[in-house]
Amino acid sequence: MAASPNLAVEASGLGKSFGDVRAVDGVDLGVRRGSVYGVLGPNGAGKTTTIRILATLLRPDAGSARVLGHDVVTEADAVRGLISLTGQLASVDDDLTGWENLVLIGRLVGLGRSGAKARAGELLEAFGLEEAAGRLVKNYSGGMRRRLDIAASIVITPELMFLDEPTTGLDPRSRNLVWDIIRALAGEGATILLCTQYLEEADQLAEGIAVIDRGRVIAEGTPGQLKASVGSGALQVRLLDPEQRPQAERLLSDELGSVHLEPDPALLSSPISDSERAAEAVAALTRSGVGVAAFSLGQPSLDEVFLALTGHSAEEQDAAAEEQAA
Amino acid sequence: MSTGPATPERSAEQIETQAVRRALTSAPRPPRASALAATLAFAWRGMLKVKHVPEQLLDVTITPVMFVLMFTYLFGGAIAGSTGEYRDYILPGILVMSVLFTTVYSGISINTDLTKGVVHRFRSLPIWRPAPLVGALLGDTMRYLLAGLVIIVLGLILGFRPGAGPLGVIAALALVIIFSFGLSWVFTTLGLLLRSPNAVMNAGFMAIFPLTFLSNVFVEPETLPSGLEAFVEINPISILATASRGLMEGNAEASDILIVLAVAAALTAIFAPITTRLYRTR
Repeated sequence: MAASPNLAVEASGLGKSFGDVRAVDGVDLGVRRGSVYGVLGPNGAGKTTTIRILATLLRPDAGSARVLGHDVVTEADAVRGLISLTGQLASVDDDLTGWENLVLIGRLVGLGRSGAKARAGELLEAFGLEEAAGRLVKNYSGGMRRRLDIAASIVITPELMFLDEPTTGLDPRSRNLVWDIIRALAGEGATILLCTQYLEEADQLAEGIAVIDRGRVIAEGTPGQLKASVGSGALQVRLLDPEQRPQAERLLSDELGSVHLEPDPALLSSPISDSERAAEAVAALTRSGVGVAAFSLGQPSLDEVFLALTGHSAEEQDAAAEEQAA
Repeated sequence: MSTGPATPERSAEQIETQAVRRALTSAPRPPRASALAATLAFAWRGMLKVKHVPEQLLDVTITPVMFVLMFTYLFGGAIAGSTGEYRDYILPGILVMSVLFTTVYSGISINTDLTKGVVHRFRSLPIWRPAPLVGALLGDTMRYLLAGLVIIVLGLILGFRPGAGPLGVIAALALVIIFSFGLSWVFTTLGLLLRSPNAVMNAGFMAIFPLTFLSNVFVEPETLPSGLEAFVEINPISILATASRGLMEGNAEASDILIVLAVAAALTAIFAPITTRLYRTR
């Protein structure tokens, strides 16, 4: 495999078995430098094992992978110098305070005593944890813990961050905060490999997504491409006046073919093949005096994508999860 | 990339996002940590744990304290003819016991680490591979030192006046700690092989308890049946206890000290690589 300078991660044919469970079964991945890339799949799909291999924590028993140009097996130490792990994979120490955790990591990545302390203070402040700095991490809330996790992984700037289910178990507010942090990191040019079982999370953050099921990549593309592969989207129109719905229905069916009347009396939707036609249809409505309160171009959700790709829903497989993260 | 509608609630978080960006751009780029720096960082972590979880130290010191009091005053007269004489015999032995019991906790804390995600972070750092283990054990020697000091202070309160004075006591304590450092590698291996911290505790004490009792810590081996006497004579813990008594009284045999150091070195040579390997692969 030739090293490509534009790729932060390139894996081909990665495989790993635990006993007779083939956790990873021929995974190919290509992650562009500077992008947020989502690895999506239910529990037990092989995501975590794949990430563990890429992060040099596990040796693959088939295939090979290069991270930032270095082989994950033969140049593991070089890889370790450029990556950082966060999330379910690599957390912080419960029995230490937040400040102590960050100073410890600082010392371990090569900062001097005073440098590590200064950096710890800076990060605690940036992540809104100054007040909790002296408290033991075991007394932190889930959201605070996750923020500390992320802070610990940027004590020095990693070229590639592995985020393994960074928002699992968080309330919506903490989740949004973590997402904002991830966007900020991405905005600064870090490459992020985001492993998640939440389809919405990949949709929100990732530019490219690989869907993993039963140890294999079953689909790859942008969130939009994945959704488009399942089928076209829909135009949804909300009227100012429900009385005008029959008129709107006629106009939309002329423009777009078929119309579906939603249970809400002010709402209509039409399947569309391209968004230009949809724009024309909306314009036609306003031209003929139908008041449009709102309209949206809906794409199928990634949940629907997952169902279409695998033939089973993401939740179904949770039950059969085998990801015994060794 | 869309960041959603800009509601007032959102803007507070936006400020935080700015701070995160600043923190990222201001990140230093130091050279890699040296093996020594990484090891010392882990030793610091170990000592912090003694500070934050003092109960653990309490657990291991209470039993020996009870033993000192019980054996001295309850059995002392019967075993050695007088409580004072038995106290002087048993105190260096209990020092050995107390510190050796503490070594089991090195295995327990390694196992506890494994059940937490923090080990993965350590393993993903570009550091000298054995640093987390060597550092943890160095930190634990602080624990051993404290456990030893508790017994020595108790002994002094009870009237124990060792013949070789403070220097002898320090030498004995140092020897016990060196031996414990070697022995603790056995328990870290155990800690990496067994599933739960509880299993490590049970297995550890199941090994260390009989080994300590089947030594000369409590009784002179001459009083034992011959088969048992033979075992007690070669038990390294007996030799360690004898050497500690000797150092405290100023009549230690060099051969005893050498044997203790050799056993500690051998345990380290055998079990340190096994532990390091297990730590990497588990």
